Amino acid sequence: MSQVTEYSQKVMDHFMNPRNVGEIENASGVGTVGNAKCGDIMRMYLDIDEQGIVRDAKFKTFGCGAAVATSSMATELVRGKTVQEALGVTNRAVMEALDGLPKVKIHCSLLAEEAIHAALWDYAEKNHLTIDGLKPPVNDIDETEAFYEMEK
Amino acid sequence: MNNTIYLDNAATTRVKSEVWSAMQPYFEAQYANPASSYTSAGEINAEVERARQTIAAFLGAEAREIYFTGGGSESDNWAIKGVASALKAKGRHIITSKIEHHAVLRTCEYLEKNGCEVTYLDVDDKGFVDLEQLSAAIRPDTVLISIMFANNEIGTIEPVKEISAIAHAHGVLFHTDAVQAYGHVPINVNELGIDLLSVSGHKINGPKGIGFLYIRNGVRIDPLIHGGSQERGKRAGTTNVPGIIGLAKATELAAATMDARSEYERKLRDHLIERVEQEIPYVRLNGDRERRLPNNTSFCFRFIEGESLLLLLDQFGICGSSGSACTSGSLDPSHVLLAIGLPHEIAHGSLRLTLSEENTKEEIDCTVDRLKKIVERLRSMSPLYEDFKKKEARQ
Repeated sequence: MSQVTEYSQKVMDHFMNPRNVGEIENASGVGTVGNAKCGDIMRMYLDIDEQGIVRDAKFKTFGCGAAVATSSMATELVRGKTVQEALGVTNRAVMEALDGLPKVKIHCSLLAEEAIHAALWDYAEKNHLTIDGLKPPVNDIDETEAFYEMEK
Repeated sequence: MNNTIYLDNAATTRVKSEVWSAMQPYFEAQYANPASSYTSAGEINAEVERARQTIAAFLGAEAREIYFTGGGSESDNWAIKGVASALKAKGRHIITSKIEHHAVLRTCEYLEKNGCEVTYLDVDDKGFVDLEQLSAAIRPDTVLISIMFANNEIGTIEPVKEISAIAHAHGVLFHTDAVQAYGHVPINVNELGIDLLSVSGHKINGPKGIGFLYIRNGVRIDPLIHGGSQERGKRAGTTNVPGIIGLAKATELAAATMDARSEYERKLRDHLIERVEQEIPYVRLNGDRERRLPNNTSFCFRFIEGESLLLLLDQFGICGSSGSACTSGSLDPSHVLLAIGLPHEIAHGSLRLTLSEENTKEEIDCTVDRLKKIVERLRSMSPLYEDFKKKEARQ
Protein backbone atom coordinates (compact mmCIF):
# COMPACT_ATOMS: atom_id res chain seq x y z
CA MET A 1 0.00 0.00 0.00
CA SER A 2 1.49 3.29 -0.98
CA GLN A 3 1.80 5.86 1.78
CA VAL A 4 1.91 8.81 -0.58
CA THR A 5 -1.70 9.71 -0.04
CA GLU A 6 -1.37 9.34 3.72
CA TYR A 7 1.72 11.47 4.22
CA SER A 8 1.28 15.16 5.01
CA GLN A 9 2.81 17.70 2.65
CA LYS A 10 5.44 18.44 5.27
CA VAL A 11 6.43 14.79 5.52
CA MET A 12 6.73 14.57 1.75
CA ASP A 13 8.73 17.80 1.69
CA HIS A 14 11.19 16.53 4.32
CA PHE A 15 11.40 13.20 2.50
CA MET A 16 11.94 14.71 -0.93
CA ASN A 17 14.22 17.51 0.30
CA PRO A 18 15.73 16.21 3.51
CA ARG A 19 17.52 18.84 5.63
CA ASN A 20 20.97 18.16 7.04
CA VAL A 21 21.77 14.86 5.37
CA GLY A 22 25.34 13.76 5.84
CA GLU A 23 28.07 13.25 8.38
CA ILE A 24 29.95 15.54 10.75
CA GLU A 25 33.63 14.75 11.02
CA ASN A 26 34.83 14.51 14.60
CA ALA A 27 31.29 15.04 15.81
CA SER A 28 30.73 15.76 19.49
CA GLY A 29 28.26 12.90 19.60
CA VAL A 30 27.07 10.20 17.21
CA GLY A 31 24.14 7.91 17.86
CA THR A 32 22.79 5.01 15.79
CA VAL A 33 19.42 3.48 16.62
CA GLY A 34 16.90 1.08 15.19
CA ASN A 35 17.50 -2.22 13.51
CA ALA A 36 17.62 -3.43 9.97
CA LYS A 37 15.24 -6.25 10.81
CA CYS A 38 12.40 -3.77 11.19
CA GLY A 39 13.68 -1.73 8.28
CA ASP A 40 14.72 1.49 9.99
CA ILE A 41 18.16 2.66 11.07
CA MET A 42 18.93 6.26 11.99
CA ARG A 43 22.29 7.76 12.68
CA MET A 44 22.54 11.25 14.11
CA TYR A 45 25.65 13.42 14.34
CA LEU A 46 25.76 16.39 16.71
CA ASP A 47 28.27 19.21 16.88
CA ILE A 48 28.04 20.71 20.36
CA ASP A 49 30.13 23.72 21.43
CA GLU A 50 31.71 24.51 24.83
CA GLN A 51 28.56 26.26 25.99
CA GLY A 52 26.61 23.06 25.39
CA ILE A 53 24.75 24.44 22.39
CA VAL A 54 24.00 22.16 19.42
CA ARG A 55 25.75 24.06 16.62
CA ASP A 56 25.04 21.52 13.91
CA ALA A 57 23.14 18.28 13.45
CA LYS A 58 23.30 15.86 10.54
CA PHE A 59 21.79 12.46 9.86
CA LYS A 60 21.85 9.36 7.75
CA THR A 61 18.85 7.06 7.61
CA PHE A 62 18.01 3.68 6.15
CA GLY A 63 14.25 3.49 6.11
CA CYS A 64 10.92 4.50 4.67
CA GLY A 65 9.68 7.97 3.77
CA ALA A 66 8.57 8.69 7.32
CA ALA A 67 11.91 7.57 8.74
CA VAL A 68 13.75 10.00 6.49
CA ALA A 69 11.31 12.83 7.21
CA THR A 70 11.41 12.38 11.00
CA SER A 71 15.23 12.27 10.96
CA SER A 72 15.31 15.43 8.89
CA MET A 73 12.87 17.21 11.21
CA ALA A 74 14.68 16.00 14.32
CA THR A 75 17.95 17.57 13.12
CA GLU A 76 16.11 20.81 12.44
CA LEU A 77 14.55 20.83 15.91
CA VAL A 78 17.76 20.26 17.86
CA ARG A 79 19.90 22.79 16.02
CA GLY A 80 20.64 25.86 18.14
CA LYS A 81 19.26 24.24 21.27
CA THR A 82 21.07 23.55 24.52
CA VAL A 83 21.81 19.94 25.31
CA GLN A 84 19.04 19.94 27.90
CA GLU A 85 16.58 21.45 25.42
CA ALA A 86 17.61 18.94 22.75
CA LEU A 87 16.88 16.14 25.19
CA GLY A 88 13.39 17.57 25.46
CA VAL A 89 12.69 17.14 21.73
CA THR A 90 10.17 14.34 21.93
CA ASN A 91 8.70 12.12 19.27
CA ARG A 92 5.48 14.10 19.69
CA ALA A 93 7.32 17.33 18.91
CA VAL A 94 8.81 15.77 15.76
CA MET A 95 5.44 14.45 14.72
CA GLU A 96 3.65 17.74 15.32
CA ALA A 97 6.29 19.64 13.39
CA LEU A 98 5.56 17.33 10.46
CA ASP A 99 1.78 17.86 10.71
CA GLY A 100 1.32 14.30 11.88
CA LEU A 101 2.21 10.82 10.66
CA PRO A 102 0.12 7.85 9.54
CA LYS A 103 -0.56 5.59 12.51
CA VAL A 104 1.69 2.79 11.29
CA LYS A 105 4.59 5.25 11.05
CA ILE A 106 4.52 6.63 14.58
CA HIS A 107 7.43 4.35 15.52
CA CYS A 108 9.60 6.38 13.12
CA SER A 109 9.16 9.46 15.29
CA LEU A 110 10.13 7.41 18.35
CA LEU A 111 13.24 6.34 16.52
CA ALA A 112 14.08 9.99 15.79
CA GLU A 113 13.79 10.80 19.50
CA GLU A 114 16.00 7.83 20.34
CA ALA A 115 18.56 8.94 17.74
CA ILE A 116 18.85 12.34 19.46
CA HIS A 117 19.23 10.63 22.83
CA ALA A 118 21.85 8.22 21.51
CA ALA A 119 23.93 11.05 20.05
CA LEU A 120 23.63 13.01 23.31
CA TRP A 121 24.64 9.92 25.28
CA ASP A 122 27.75 9.55 23.12
CA TYR A 123 28.55 13.23 23.70
CA ALA A 124 28.09 12.84 27.47
CA GLU A 125 30.28 9.73 27.54
CA LYS A 126 33.06 11.40 25.57
CA ASN A 127 33.02 14.41 27.87
CA HIS A 128 32.37 12.56 31.11
CA LEU A 129 29.14 14.47 31.66
CA THR A 130 25.89 13.44 33.20
CA ILE A 131 22.78 14.71 31.47
CA ASP A 132 19.67 14.58 33.64
CA GLY A 133 17.07 12.18 32.37
CA LEU A 134 19.27 10.59 29.67
CA LYS A 135 19.29 6.80 29.41
CA PRO A 136 21.78 4.65 27.52
CA PRO A 137 20.69 3.92 23.94
CA VAL A 138 19.65 0.55 22.66
CA ASN A 139 20.80 -0.44 19.24
CA ASP A 140 20.52 -3.67 17.44
CA ILE A 141 21.95 -3.59 13.95
CA ASP A 142 21.72 -6.82 12.09
CA GLU A 143 24.70 -8.21 10.34
CA THR A 144 24.10 -9.45 6.82
CA GLU A 145 27.71 -10.34 6.20
CA ALA A 146 27.04 -14.02 6.88
CA PHE A 147 24.46 -14.10 4.11
CA TYR A 148 26.87 -12.71 1.53
CA GLU A 149 29.63 -15.01 2.71
CA MET A 150 27.25 -17.91 2.11
CA GLU A 151 26.37 -16.69 -1.39
CA LYS A 152 30.01 -16.53 -2.57
CA MET B 1 -2.69 8.03 -15.71
CA ASN B 2 -0.94 10.18 -18.31
CA ASN B 3 2.84 10.34 -18.32
CA THR B 4 3.10 7.40 -16.00
CA ILE B 5 5.24 4.37 -16.60
CA TYR B 6 3.11 1.57 -15.26
CA LEU B 7 5.26 -1.34 -14.13
CA ASP B 8 2.90 -2.95 -11.63
CA ASN B 9 1.01 -5.33 -13.88
CA ALA B 10 1.16 -8.11 -11.32
CA ALA B 11 -0.96 -5.88 -9.06
CA THR B 12 -3.55 -5.19 -11.70
CA THR B 13 -3.90 -4.34 -15.37
CA ARG B 14 -5.84 -1.92 -17.51
CA VAL B 15 -9.19 -3.14 -18.83
CA LYS B 16 -8.69 -3.35 -22.58
CA SER B 17 -11.08 -1.34 -24.72
CA GLU B 18 -12.28 -4.53 -26.46
CA VAL B 19 -13.08 -5.98 -23.05
CA TRP B 20 -14.90 -2.87 -21.93
CA SER B 21 -16.92 -2.73 -25.19
CA ALA B 22 -17.93 -6.35 -24.77
CA MET B 23 -19.08 -5.72 -21.20
CA GLN B 24 -20.92 -2.44 -21.69
CA PRO B 25 -24.24 -3.78 -23.12
CA TYR B 26 -24.68 -5.96 -20.05
CA PHE B 27 -24.79 -2.93 -17.76
CA GLU B 28 -27.43 -0.99 -19.65
CA ALA B 29 -29.33 -2.78 -22.39
CA GLN B 30 -29.11 -6.41 -21.36
CA TYR B 31 -29.32 -6.10 -17.61
CA ALA B 32 -31.76 -8.95 -17.00
CA ASN B 33 -30.93 -11.57 -14.41
CA PRO B 34 -29.95 -14.68 -16.39
CA ALA B 35 -31.78 -16.81 -13.82
CA SER B 36 -35.11 -15.22 -14.81
CA SER B 37 -37.52 -16.96 -17.14
CA TYR B 38 -38.19 -14.41 -19.91
CA THR B 39 -36.62 -14.48 -23.35
CA SER B 40 -34.06 -11.72 -22.78
CA ALA B 41 -32.79 -13.49 -19.66
CA GLY B 42 -32.40 -16.70 -21.63
CA GLU B 43 -30.31 -14.92 -24.25
CA ILE B 44 -28.07 -13.48 -21.59
CA ASN B 45 -27.75 -16.89 -19.99
CA ALA B 46 -26.64 -18.32 -23.32
CA GLU B 47 -23.92 -15.64 -23.49
CA VAL B 48 -22.73 -16.55 -20.01
CA GLU B 49 -22.50 -20.19 -21.07
CA ARG B 50 -20.58 -19.23 -24.20
CA ALA B 51 -18.17 -17.30 -21.99
CA ARG B 52 -17.76 -20.36 -19.79
CA GLN B 53 -17.01 -22.40 -22.92
CA THR B 54 -14.34 -19.93 -24.10
CA ILE B 55 -12.56 -20.12 -20.76
CA ALA B 56 -12.84 -23.90 -20.51
CA ALA B 57 -11.41 -24.34 -24.01
CA PHE B 58 -8.39 -22.19 -23.12
CA LEU B 59 -7.55 -24.55 -20.25
CA GLY B 60 -8.47 -27.78 -22.00
CA ALA B 61 -11.32 -28.17 -19.55
CA GLU B 62 -15.05 -28.75 -19.88
CA ALA B 63 -17.43 -25.81 -19.51
CA ARG B 64 -19.16 -27.43 -16.54
CA GLU B 65 -15.84 -27.47 -14.68
CA ILE B 66 -15.64 -23.65 -14.62
CA TYR B 67 -17.33 -21.92 -11.65
CA PHE B 68 -17.40 -18.13 -11.64
CA THR B 69 -16.44 -16.38 -8.40
CA GLY B 70 -15.73 -12.90 -7.12
CA GLY B 71 -12.01 -13.20 -7.86
CA GLY B 72 -8.76 -14.93 -6.99
CA SER B 73 -9.06 -14.67 -3.22
CA GLU B 74 -12.54 -16.17 -3.21
CA SER B 75 -11.40 -18.98 -5.50
CA ASP B 76 -8.49 -19.80 -3.18
CA ASN B 77 -10.71 -19.67 -0.11
CA TRP B 78 -13.32 -21.85 -1.72
CA ALA B 79 -10.89 -24.47 -3.05
CA ILE B 80 -9.21 -24.97 0.30
CA LYS B 81 -12.14 -24.58 2.70
CA GLY B 82 -14.50 -26.41 0.34
CA VAL B 83 -12.28 -29.46 -0.07
CA ALA B 84 -11.30 -29.51 3.63
CA SER B 85 -14.98 -29.50 4.52
CA ALA B 86 -16.11 -32.09 1.96
CA LEU B 87 -13.29 -34.50 2.79
CA LYS B 88 -13.15 -34.08 6.55
CA ALA B 89 -14.11 -37.72 7.06
CA LYS B 90 -11.00 -38.74 5.10
CA GLY B 91 -8.62 -36.44 6.92
CA ARG B 92 -7.77 -32.95 8.02
CA HIS B 93 -4.25 -32.44 6.74
CA ILE B 94 -3.33 -29.90 4.06
CA ILE B 95 0.03 -29.22 2.43
CA THR B 96 0.98 -25.84 1.02
CA SER B 97 4.14 -23.75 0.67
CA LYS B 98 5.62 -20.83 2.58
CA ILE B 99 5.48 -18.55 -0.47
CA GLU B 100 1.77 -18.75 -1.26
CA HIS B 101 -0.39 -15.67 -1.67
CA HIS B 102 -2.04 -14.55 1.56
CA ALA B 103 -5.39 -15.74 0.18
CA VAL B 104 -4.01 -19.28 0.57
CA LEU B 105 -1.87 -18.78 3.67
CA ARG B 106 -4.50 -16.97 5.74
CA THR B 107 -7.12 -19.52 4.70
CA CYS B 108 -4.84 -22.33 5.89
CA GLU B 109 -4.18 -20.50 9.16
CA TYR B 110 -7.93 -20.13 9.63
CA LEU B 111 -8.41 -23.86 9.07
CA GLU B 112 -5.65 -24.61 11.58
CA LYS B 113 -7.74 -22.82 14.19
CA ASN B 114 -10.62 -25.06 13.22
CA GLY B 115 -9.13 -28.50 13.55
CA CYS B 116 -6.99 -28.87 10.42
CA GLU B 117 -3.28 -29.47 10.35
CA VAL B 118 -1.22 -27.69 7.72
CA THR B 119 2.33 -28.35 6.50
CA TYR B 120 4.06 -25.31 5.01
CA LEU B 121 6.76 -26.51 2.64
CA ASP B 122 10.08 -24.71 2.38
CA VAL B 123 11.34 -23.37 -0.91
CA ASP B 124 14.92 -23.10 -2.16
CA ASP B 125 16.76 -19.85 -2.83
CA LYS B 126 14.99 -19.45 -6.19
CA GLY B 127 11.56 -20.13 -4.73
CA PHE B 128 11.07 -23.71 -5.92
CA VAL B 129 9.17 -26.13 -3.73
CA ASP B 130 11.23 -29.11 -2.60
CA LEU B 131 9.58 -32.17 -4.20
CA GLU B 132 11.20 -34.64 -1.81
CA GLN B 133 9.97 -32.66 1.14
CA LEU B 134 6.53 -32.67 -0.49
CA SER B 135 6.49 -36.48 -0.86
CA ALA B 136 7.67 -36.90 2.71
CA ALA B 137 4.98 -34.55 4.02
CA ILE B 138 2.06 -36.56 2.59
CA ARG B 139 0.16 -38.54 5.24
CA PRO B 140 -2.78 -40.92 5.09
CA ASP B 141 -5.01 -38.06 6.24
CA THR B 142 -3.75 -35.52 3.68
CA VAL B 143 -6.69 -34.23 1.65
CA LEU B 144 -5.23 -31.38 -0.38
CA ILE B 145 -1.97 -30.03 -1.74
CA SER B 146 -2.15 -26.35 -2.68
CA ILE B 147 0.90 -24.93 -4.45
CA MET B 148 0.82 -21.79 -6.57
CA PHE B 149 1.46 -22.00 -10.31
CA ALA B 150 3.73 -18.95 -10.33
CA ASN B 151 4.75 -16.66 -7.51
CA ASN B 152 3.35 -13.14 -7.50
CA GLU B 153 6.46 -11.48 -6.07
CA ILE B 154 9.46 -13.24 -7.57
CA GLY B 155 7.80 -14.79 -10.63
CA THR B 156 9.10 -18.31 -10.06
CA ILE B 157 7.07 -20.94 -11.95
CA GLU B 158 6.63 -24.04 -9.80
CA PRO B 159 7.03 -27.59 -11.19
CA VAL B 160 3.27 -28.04 -11.31
CA LYS B 161 3.26 -31.28 -13.33
CA GLU B 162 5.69 -32.98 -10.95
CA ILE B 163 3.70 -31.76 -7.94
CA SER B 164 0.40 -33.09 -9.29
CA ALA B 165 2.03 -36.45 -10.12
CA ILE B 166 3.20 -36.78 -6.52
CA ALA B 167 -0.22 -35.74 -5.22
CA HIS B 168 -2.07 -38.24 -7.39
CA ALA B 169 0.33 -41.08 -6.64
CA HIS B 170 -0.86 -40.69 -3.06
CA GLY B 171 -4.52 -40.14 -3.95
CA VAL B 172 -4.41 -36.49 -2.87
CA LEU B 173 -6.14 -33.60 -4.67
CA PHE B 174 -4.04 -30.81 -6.13
CA HIS B 175 -5.07 -27.14 -6.14
CA THR B 176 -3.05 -24.37 -7.74
CA ASP B 177 -3.40 -20.61 -7.43
CA ALA B 178 -2.82 -19.62 -11.07
CA VAL B 179 -3.76 -15.96 -10.65
CA GLN B 180 -0.37 -14.74 -11.94
CA ALA B 181 0.10 -17.46 -14.54
CA TYR B 182 -3.25 -17.57 -16.32
CA GLY B 183 -2.98 -15.97 -19.75
CA HIS B 184 0.77 -15.57 -19.36
CA VAL B 185 2.01 -19.15 -19.65
CA PRO B 186 0.29 -22.15 -21.28
CA ILE B 187 -1.93 -24.12 -18.90
CA ASN B 188 -3.72 -27.35 -19.77
CA VAL B 189 -5.41 -28.79 -16.70
CA ASN B 190 -5.36 -32.34 -18.05
CA GLU B 191 -1.75 -32.39 -19.18
CA LEU B 192 -0.68 -30.84 -15.88
CA GLY B 193 -2.99 -32.95 -13.71
CA ILE B 194 -4.65 -30.01 -11.97
CA ASP B 195 -7.79 -30.74 -9.90
CA LEU B 196 -8.60 -27.19 -8.82
CA LEU B 197 -7.28 -23.91 -10.23
CA SER B 198 -7.89 -20.31 -9.14
CA VAL B 199 -8.00 -17.40 -11.57
CA SER B 200 -8.68 -13.68 -11.33
CA GLY B 201 -9.90 -11.50 -14.21
CA HIS B 202 -8.08 -8.25 -13.55
CA LYS B 203 -4.57 -9.63 -14.02
CA ILE B 204 -5.18 -10.21 -17.73
CA ASN B 205 -6.78 -6.90 -18.75
CA GLY B 206 -10.17 -8.06 -17.54
CA PRO B 207 -12.36 -6.41 -14.91
CA LYS B 208 -11.89 -6.56 -11.15
CA GLY B 209 -14.33 -8.52 -9.00
CA ILE B 210 -14.57 -11.53 -11.28
CA GLY B 211 -12.64 -14.78 -11.34
CA PHE B 212 -13.29 -18.47 -11.40
CA LEU B 213 -12.41 -21.75 -9.83
CA TYR B 214 -11.80 -24.69 -12.13
CA ILE B 215 -13.05 -27.84 -10.39
CA ARG B 216 -12.32 -31.15 -12.11
CA ASN B 217 -15.42 -33.32 -12.60
CA GLY B 218 -15.88 -35.64 -9.68
CA VAL B 219 -13.92 -33.55 -7.15
CA ARG B 220 -15.92 -33.28 -3.95
CA ILE B 221 -16.19 -29.74 -2.67
CA ASP B 222 -18.63 -27.93 -0.38
CA PRO B 223 -19.88 -24.46 -1.33
CA LEU B 224 -18.35 -21.41 0.30
CA ILE B 225 -21.20 -19.03 -0.55
CA HIS B 226 -24.62 -20.50 0.25
CA GLY B 227 -27.85 -19.21 -1.24
CA GLY B 228 -29.40 -19.48 -4.69
CA SER B 229 -28.72 -22.25 -7.16
CA GLN B 230 -26.35 -20.31 -9.44
CA GLU B 231 -23.24 -22.07 -10.74
CA ARG B 232 -24.97 -25.45 -10.53
CA GLY B 233 -25.73 -24.96 -6.87
CA LYS B 234 -22.09 -24.58 -5.91
CA ARG B 235 -21.70 -20.80 -5.75
CA ALA B 236 -24.68 -18.64 -4.86
CA GLY B 237 -25.07 -14.99 -5.84
CA THR B 238 -26.63 -13.22 -8.80
CA THR B 239 -24.54 -13.93 -11.87
CA ASN B 240 -22.01 -11.15 -12.54
CA VAL B 241 -22.84 -11.01 -16.25
CA PRO B 242 -20.69 -8.04 -17.32
CA GLY B 243 -17.79 -9.44 -15.31
CA ILE B 244 -18.09 -12.87 -16.88
CA ILE B 245 -18.38 -11.47 -20.40
CA GLY B 246 -15.34 -9.27 -19.71
CA LEU B 247 -13.32 -12.16 -18.30
CA ALA B 248 -14.11 -14.32 -21.33
CA LYS B 249 -13.16 -11.51 -23.71
CA ALA B 250 -9.92 -10.93 -21.84
CA THR B 251 -9.21 -14.67 -21.98
CA GLU B 252 -9.91 -14.74 -25.71
CA LEU B 253 -7.46 -11.86 -26.28
CA ALA B 254 -4.86 -13.37 -23.96
CA ALA B 255 -5.11 -16.72 -25.73
CA ALA B 256 -4.71 -15.16 -29.16
CA THR B 257 -1.69 -13.04 -28.21
CA MET B 258 0.05 -15.21 -25.60
CA ASP B 259 3.00 -16.45 -27.65
CA ALA B 260 3.96 -13.15 -29.25
CA ARG B 261 3.18 -11.15 -26.11
CA SER B 262 5.25 -13.39 -23.85
CA GLU B 263 8.11 -13.25 -26.30
CA TYR B 264 7.98 -9.45 -26.33
CA GLU B 265 7.69 -9.18 -22.55
CA ARG B 266 10.50 -11.65 -22.02
CA LYS B 267 12.83 -9.56 -24.18
CA LEU B 268 11.84 -6.40 -22.34
CA ARG B 269 12.21 -8.16 -19.00
CA ASP B 270 15.67 -9.47 -19.81
CA HIS B 271 16.74 -6.05 -21.06
CA LEU B 272 15.60 -4.52 -17.76
CA ILE B 273 17.38 -7.19 -15.73
CA GLU B 274 20.55 -6.85 -17.77
CA ARG B 275 20.74 -3.10 -17.44
CA VAL B 276 19.98 -3.10 -13.70
CA GLU B 277 22.56 -5.79 -13.01
CA GLN B 278 25.21 -4.08 -15.12
CA GLU B 279 24.65 -0.53 -14.03
CA ILE B 280 23.66 -0.70 -10.39
CA PRO B 281 26.05 -2.26 -7.89
CA TYR B 282 25.01 -4.39 -4.91
CA VAL B 283 21.79 -5.61 -6.46
CA ARG B 284 20.35 -9.11 -6.67
CA LEU B 285 17.68 -10.59 -8.87
CA ASN B 286 15.14 -12.58 -6.89
CA GLY B 287 13.73 -15.78 -8.36
CA ASP B 288 14.90 -18.00 -11.19
CA ARG B 289 16.29 -16.60 -14.44
CA GLU B 290 14.67 -19.16 -16.73
CA ARG B 291 11.60 -20.54 -15.06
CA ARG B 292 10.02 -17.19 -14.28
CA LEU B 293 6.95 -15.32 -15.50
CA PRO B 294 7.67 -13.44 -18.75
CA ASN B 295 6.66 -10.12 -17.22
CA ASN B 296 8.20 -10.34 -13.76
CA THR B 297 11.33 -8.71 -12.38
CA SER B 298 12.15 -8.58 -8.69
CA PHE B 299 15.29 -7.02 -7.26
CA CYS B 300 16.81 -6.29 -3.90
CA PHE B 301 18.98 -3.21 -3.66
CA ARG B 302 21.30 -3.45 -0.71
CA PHE B 303 21.53 -0.66 1.91
CA ILE B 304 18.24 0.99 0.98
CA GLU B 305 14.58 0.54 1.86
CA GLY B 306 11.80 -0.25 -0.57
CA GLU B 307 9.20 2.33 0.35
CA SER B 308 11.65 5.21 -0.10
CA LEU B 309 12.50 3.77 -3.47
CA LEU B 310 8.84 3.57 -4.47
CA LEU B 311 8.09 7.10 -3.27
CA LEU B 312 10.92 8.52 -5.34
CA LEU B 313 9.99 6.46 -8.41
CA ASP B 314 6.45 7.71 -7.96
CA GLN B 315 7.70 11.29 -8.17
CA PHE B 316 8.73 10.47 -11.73
CA GLY B 317 5.45 8.73 -12.47
CA ILE B 318 6.95 5.25 -12.31
CA CYS B 319 4.67 2.71 -10.63
CA GLY B 320 6.21 -0.36 -9.04
CA SER B 321 5.81 -2.30 -5.83
CA SER B 322 7.94 -3.55 -2.98
CA GLY B 323 7.92 -6.31 -0.41
CA SER B 324 9.36 -4.08 2.27
CA ALA B 325 7.69 -4.06 5.67
CA CYS B 326 6.45 -0.54 5.13
CA THR B 327 4.55 -1.58 2.05
CA SER B 328 3.38 -4.93 3.38
CA GLY B 329 1.55 -3.21 6.23
CA SER B 330 3.46 -5.08 8.93
CA LEU B 331 6.84 -4.87 10.60
CA ASP B 332 8.16 -7.82 8.63
CA PRO B 333 9.18 -7.68 5.01
CA SER B 334 7.60 -10.02 2.46
CA HIS B 335 7.21 -13.62 3.60
CA VAL B 336 8.30 -14.72 0.12
CA LEU B 337 11.65 -12.94 0.30
CA LEU B 338 12.26 -14.30 3.80
CA ALA B 339 11.31 -17.81 2.63
CA ILE B 340 13.95 -17.75 -0.13
CA GLY B 341 16.49 -17.06 2.60
CA LEU B 342 17.07 -13.33 2.39
CA PRO B 343 18.02 -11.54 5.61
CA HIS B 344 15.47 -8.92 6.72
CA GLU B 345 17.73 -6.04 5.84
CA ILE B 346 18.08 -7.18 2.22
CA ALA B 347 14.40 -8.05 1.90
CA HIS B 348 13.49 -4.49 2.96
CA GLY B 349 15.21 -3.19 -0.16
CA SER B 350 13.07 -5.03 -2.65
CA LEU B 351 11.49 -3.68 -5.81
CA ARG B 352 9.12 -5.55 -8.10
CA LEU B 353 8.60 -4.23 -11.61
CA THR B 354 6.07 -6.20 -13.65
CA LEU B 355 5.67 -5.44 -17.33
CA SER B 356 2.96 -5.60 -19.93
CA GLU B 357 2.92 -5.68 -23.71
CA GLU B 358 2.10 -1.97 -23.58
CA ASN B 359 5.46 -1.05 -22.07
CA THR B 360 8.17 0.09 -24.44
CA LYS B 361 11.94 -0.22 -24.42
CA GLU B 362 12.10 3.57 -23.99
CA GLU B 363 10.02 3.30 -20.82
CA ILE B 364 12.30 0.59 -19.46
CA ASP B 365 15.41 2.62 -20.27
CA CYS B 366 13.92 5.71 -18.67
CA THR B 367 13.05 3.65 -15.57
CA VAL B 368 16.57 2.26 -15.24
CA ASP B 369 18.07 5.75 -15.69
CA ARG B 370 15.88 7.10 -12.90
CA LEU B 371 16.42 4.06 -10.74
CA LYS B 372 20.19 4.42 -10.93
CA LYS B 373 20.02 7.97 -9.61
CA ILE B 374 17.45 7.13 -6.95
CA VAL B 375 19.43 4.18 -5.61
CA GLU B 376 22.57 6.32 -5.57
CA ARG B 377 20.75 9.09 -3.71
CA LEU B 378 19.25 6.76 -1.09
CA ARG B 379 22.59 5.05 -0.57
CA SER B 380 24.26 8.40 0.01
CA MET B 381 21.78 8.83 2.88
CA SER B 382 22.16 5.31 4.24
CA PRO B 383 24.16 4.60 7.41
CA LEU B 384 24.45 0.98 6.27
CA TYR B 385 26.16 2.06 3.05
CA GLU B 386 28.42 4.41 5.00
CA ASP B 387 29.51 1.55 7.26
CA PHE B 388 29.99 -0.76 4.30
CA LYS B 389 32.14 1.75 2.44
CA LYS B 390 34.23 2.52 5.51
CA LYS B 391 34.78 -1.15 6.12
CA GLU B 392 35.74 -1.66 2.49
CA ALA B 393 38.24 1.21 2.68
CA ARG B 394 39.86 -0.35 5.73
CA GLN B 395 40.38 -3.66 3.97
